[in-house]
Amino acid sequence: MDSQEIAKTAVADQLKAWDSRAIAGLSEFRGEVTIVILRDHLVPVLDYMKRELGLGFTFLSDITVVDRFPLEPRFELNYALLSLARKERIRIKVKLHGQEAKIASVTPLFPTANWHERESFDLFGIHFEGHPQLRRIVMPDDWQGYPLRKDYPTEGYR
Amino acid sequence: MTGPAQPMVLNMGPQHPSTHGVLRVILELDGETVLKAESVIGYLHTGIEKSCEAKTYSQVITLTDRIDYLAPLSNNLAYCIAVEKLLNLEIPKRAQYIRVLLTELTRIASHLVWLGTHAIDMGAMSVFLYGFREREEILKVFEYVSGQRMMTSYFRIGGLALEPPPDFLDRVRRLMEILPGRIDDYEDLLTENKIWKARMIGVGHLAPADAIALGVSGPLLRASGVDYDIRKMFPYSSYDEFDFKVPVRTEGDCYARYLCRVAEIRESIKIVNQAIQKVPLEGPFRANVPGIIPPSREEMKTSIEGLIYHFKIFTEGFAPPPGEVYSCIESPRGELGVFIASDGSAKPYRVKFRTPSFVNLQSLPTLCVGRLLADVVACIGTTDIVLGEVDR
Repeated sequence: MDSQEIAKTAVADQLKAWDSRAIAGLSEFRGEVTIVILRDHLVPVLDYMKRELGLGFTFLSDITVVDRFPLEPRFELNYALLSLARKERIRIKVKLHGQEAKIASVTPLFPTANWHERESFDLFGIHFEGHPQLRRIVMPDDWQGYPLRKDYPTEGYR
Repeated sequence: MTGPAQPMVLNMGPQHPSTHGVLRVILELDGETVLKAESVIGYLHTGIEKSCEAKTYSQVITLTDRIDYLAPLSNNLAYCIAVEKLLNLEIPKRAQYIRVLLTELTRIASHLVWLGTHAIDMGAMSVFLYGFREREEILKVFEYVSGQRMMTSYFRIGGLALEPPPDFLDRVRRLMEILPGRIDDYEDLLTENKIWKARMIGVGHLAPADAIALGVSGPLLRASGVDYDIRKMFPYSSYDEFDFKVPVRTEGDCYARYLCRVAEIRESIKIVNQAIQKVPLEGPFRANVPGIIPPSREEMKTSIEGLIYHFKIFTEGFAPPPGEVYSCIESPRGELGVFIASDGSAKPYRVKFRTPSFVNLQSLPTLCVGRLLADVVACIGTTDIVLGEVDR
């Protein structure tokens, strides 16, 4: 495909062409595309999106966790990616079960994920395997509990 | 005492005049050379994101002011734009232009604080007081338009909170007449100053590939050669109708960032002058969507529908459709993003503030490892962090 065609091809189509099993869900809301992928595909998919010439999603803006307690899968991880070349944003979503809140760390791919993942661990209790130093970041080091979870009271425990 | 030489671990902060807030940096030094610089944050964490989940969408606006407390209107704008995207609202042009005008004034005020505090860290104390003299004028404008100097909460969902006073534009115009001369004065003091250049040129170098990998944004990224400004790439609030340049430099050191930010102040002055011309003197300052935007006071007092809508909006709140949005603006520090997950109720299910200072602070080791202890102060200043944003 030449660069003009690549620029017009939707990211989801290119992902499907690369690996048909990669996408577990696709949606669009208010002009924003969200691609749901399975937990084990996270690192390969992000790696492909980063290094593939026609995509070039080299900028990881944000990792946001949403706690859907008491629904399962409980945690939704949203990776907000930006491609400076395509001038396009996209969201990659991974869903995790409450009992198995662990996922591979993307810090080797995107060094900016270091503090985002520490924050997600600190406030939601999600373990990132392979993170260089997974420890609390905004709460005191000896804090018990994960404050931003929905079963943690807003005023905290006294 | 004899024995093998060991690096010294020095604790900087959290109370320290040069850390620009409650930032703690644990430095490992070999003599005066920095071997490791690890930031410890969380001293200003107040649980803003958790509090947002307990408030209605309109009540969250007052919380947003306090995240980046040096650019409160930017935070208001970022949050309001995110909610308006969720609601698919169209904002009247008059409100959009006034939003641009006030946001650019906020950018100038924020950069003046940065310049003053950065200069005073380097020892140039006069610039601090001069910068705050200009910032005082800008705060007077904010007080004139909203009643509050800093935590204005002037932007609301759908537009502005109040009708701006009739001669508000004249006051801004008079301020914009004196400001360029004052910026020239600061440049006279600093730009060709031998001490300033010796302490800033070559210090805190950040390569463009490292900057993108670290997720750095704002002047920190643009001084390293990457032309990424959200106002140009993904224009919001009618920025595409304004004519301005985005300063980009390639040296990637503290001096380049200084030049970028001063140039940004000048570009902001241009934008404010254009906004003064463009703002229509009459017209709605807030979108008109009954059930979501509260009616005007007069309508509330004279019509029964107005009264009912007013009552319902302020007791129950309005419920946007379920869904998720991530919308960002170019704050003075970089990409300020707001992620809102709505479950269809009157309170947001999750609000996440992707704050530029939190991400930019990660670059501190890259900037100052291998350099001298005095450069650490320059590097912290050049990242232009606000601890309220870092910790939330």
